[in-house]
Amino acid sequence: MSLLSVQRLSAGYGHGDVLHEVAIEVAKGGVSVVLGANGAGKTTLLRAICGMVARRGSVLFDKRPVDRLPTEEIARLGVAHVPEGRGTFANLTTEENLRLGAYRHGRNQLEESYARVYQYFPRLAERRRQQAGTLSGGEQQMLAIARAVMSRPALILLDEPSFGLAPLIVEELYRIVRDINARERVGVLLVEQNAAIALDLADRVYLFEVGRVVLDGPPTQLRGDESLRRTYLGY
Amino acid sequence: MRTRAVGVAAVVAVSALGLFGSSYHLFQLTLVVIYAIALLGLNLLTGYGGQISLGHGAFYGIGAYTLAVLVHRTSVPYWLAIPAAGALCGVVGFLFGLPAVRLGGLHLALATFALGVVFPQVLKSRGLEALTGGVQGIALEKIEAPLHLPLSPDQWIYCVCLATAVALFAVAHNLMRGHTGRAIVAIRDNAVAASSMGVDTAMYKSLTFGLSAFYTGVAGALGALAVQFVGPDSFAVFVSISFLVGVVVGGLASISGAIYGALFIQFVPDLADSVSKAAPSAVYGVVLVLSIYLMPRGVAGSLRSIVTQPKEGP
Amino acid sequence: MEAFLHQVFGGLANGAVYASLALALVMIYRVTHFVNFAQGELALVSTYVASSLINAGVPYWVAFVATVALSFGMGVLVERVVIRPAMRAPPLSIVIVFIGLMVVLNSMAGWIFGYDTRSFPSPFPSEPLFGNHYLASHELGVIGVTLVMLALLYVFFRFTSLGLALRAVADNPESSRLVGIRVERMLALGWGLSAAVGAVAGMMIAPIVFLDPSMMGAVMLYAFAAALFGGIDSPGGAVLGGFTVGVLENLMGTYVVGTELKLTTALALIVGVLVFRPAGLFGQPAAARV
Repeated sequence: MSLLSVQRLSAGYGHGDVLHEVAIEVAKGGVSVVLGANGAGKTTLLRAICGMVARRGSVLFDKRPVDRLPTEEIARLGVAHVPEGRGTFANLTTEENLRLGAYRHGRNQLEESYARVYQYFPRLAERRRQQAGTLSGGEQQMLAIARAVMSRPALILLDEPSFGLAPLIVEELYRIVRDINARERVGVLLVEQNAAIALDLADRVYLFEVGRVVLDGPPTQLRGDESLRRTYLGY
Repeated sequence: MRTRAVGVAAVVAVSALGLFGSSYHLFQLTLVVIYAIALLGLNLLTGYGGQISLGHGAFYGIGAYTLAVLVHRTSVPYWLAIPAAGALCGVVGFLFGLPAVRLGGLHLALATFALGVVFPQVLKSRGLEALTGGVQGIALEKIEAPLHLPLSPDQWIYCVCLATAVALFAVAHNLMRGHTGRAIVAIRDNAVAASSMGVDTAMYKSLTFGLSAFYTGVAGALGALAVQFVGPDSFAVFVSISFLVGVVVGGLASISGAIYGALFIQFVPDLADSVSKAAPSAVYGVVLVLSIYLMPRGVAGSLRSIVTQPKEGP
Repeated sequence: MEAFLHQVFGGLANGAVYASLALALVMIYRVTHFVNFAQGELALVSTYVASSLINAGVPYWVAFVATVALSFGMGVLVERVVIRPAMRAPPLSIVIVFIGLMVVLNSMAGWIFGYDTRSFPSPFPSEPLFGNHYLASHELGVIGVTLVMLALLYVFFRFTSLGLALRAVADNPESSRLVGIRVERMLALGWGLSAAVGAVAGMMIAPIVFLDPSMMGAVMLYAFAAALFGGIDSPGGAVLGGFTVGVLENLMGTYVVGTELKLTTALALIVGVLVFRPAGLFGQPAAARV
């Protein structure tokens, strides 16, 4: 059952397209991973799905076309985008950031959401009154993911969560993401440069090169192809 | 290059035709030329230099008053007084610029706005009354054409303004295309990068202020001669705002923009007046807002984008 | 001593008005990163509307509330119709749009309501309260009303979800969309609030300076200076800045330079501070990424 179905998606920033006729699927409760080098168009993919950049093509979320909707309406439908750079509300407190994550639900089940999120990220509970901009890189990434979880989404878009973080923190983060995916039955579309760790999570892998999909299949397909494995996994 | 030279010659030729117009039209054209010089000055600071000024009316006024005082109270001839007024303004502008360069956008806007607001007050103040003529101002006499040339005083002053404009525009054009201009624009676009490449940003910014004030001061001096009067209320903050309007509507960072802007600020208020006697300013305001919607980068900017072909993507 | 205190308290009353307007400026600045140069003229129109209602026989406080509500609507309308289409233009061009708006509002006010000076009533009694010698009732009333308004705004921003959403938009508009906030509606709300605050300020100062089309000129200059003085992105700073400028103006005018030059010296002082502390007293020095 397809949660997210992207067909023939093209997008760009004005002078020519960055994405060319891309097709992506995320199954309900599944994890799809997009790998590729810098500039391959991975971030643009997520932005295009959310309507943050001009796009053409078809995006179906839970069978519903969203390619003409503005970003905030797509968010309200249950797509939580954890952007590149984390997108933290730096001048607001941790708890206010989380509160904003739950914006589309108002006060509905707010306390339960806080409780659940603090269970996944105990460190954030300790820092709940702290100004979000003063959190460490790892904590801000946790906050960004936690904010997404607060919205009780059907689909989470994750843009390079490992960026700039120490390996131990990255492992912790990915453990939590796997946990969230399993327990909340939330679909995940994950974009990463760090292929190795992402691959363990994936049930479907896409490889992007210069804005096009050059591989589409289960993780074993990438691991099985020797030259791709060398390039993207380093062994 | 040749097309540009031909274009400039054409503009000058058309302008010369103004000599044959009625006295009233000639006066209006004279003001357009004068405003063009003033706007060019402001454009150097704001368009090329990226520093906002809501107080250039003060430099215009300093130029005007300097000329008036020199001509009226001393025996300095007007043709010496004009560059003298410009020079004085340049120095004042440079000195103002020295501390002002430490202020960013909004703060500079406030500081220059304060300058524009305060200037008429200072002119009216008791202490300077002997020099400035206080609220009454100073009246000047008409300038006769020299050497018994067959030109009326109005035509002569128009020629003086036109010649000054051509000279100053040429200087500005060369300056902006050369080393100085590139430094000024580099500072506007990325001051940190410019400074790390060895450009003395503070000095250049102050120099830009001085240069800008010089141009506007010369315009003010010419304005005093054309209008034959200087008074504190002629240099209220409205003048400063008009100049900013002219520079933006004409087109920032553009030499030709100064001309379009001058045409705008001279003729549109009159047009607004003829459309509505009751609320001419309202019409002016509406025209202003619509101009920005239609031409966000000013007249010069819009012309530029019509002329350049947009590049096709791969 | 008595005269000195009288000046100080009078300055606080004017300062309350500057503080409100400075706060309105900061609110719009935080959300849009623009200074609303037309703030004063919006407040002017509001005050004229109130004046017309009162002259038509509407009781003061009814007219007050009606004007605040109408002003809110006017702010939303202006944002939608005039400001939103301009946002694609380069920054200086947008400044010109603000100037155009300012000119239109000022001109319309004069045209519709007339150019002669009107008096504007004060809802507060004319005898000094509590028999004191320092503060006229109106001045006390102005300070009181302003403080109540500021308290309401504080509660709104700190404790309501709408207030939080506005703060979110001020902090990070893109992330705000990502959590489902309709940013455009928040901008309109911000403008509406700002216009409402301006209306209150206008109605408070009109009894002191009398109502005519040029009423808001000097007031806005002080408010603008106060906002920058306190730090253009700091609401608390704006309020403190407003009160400080009000007292400064009065003291300068009475003891140092006289009414003629008080504007000049007050401005000179403020600009002087800004040269040494560009972020204002309470603003956050912007660390720019190179």
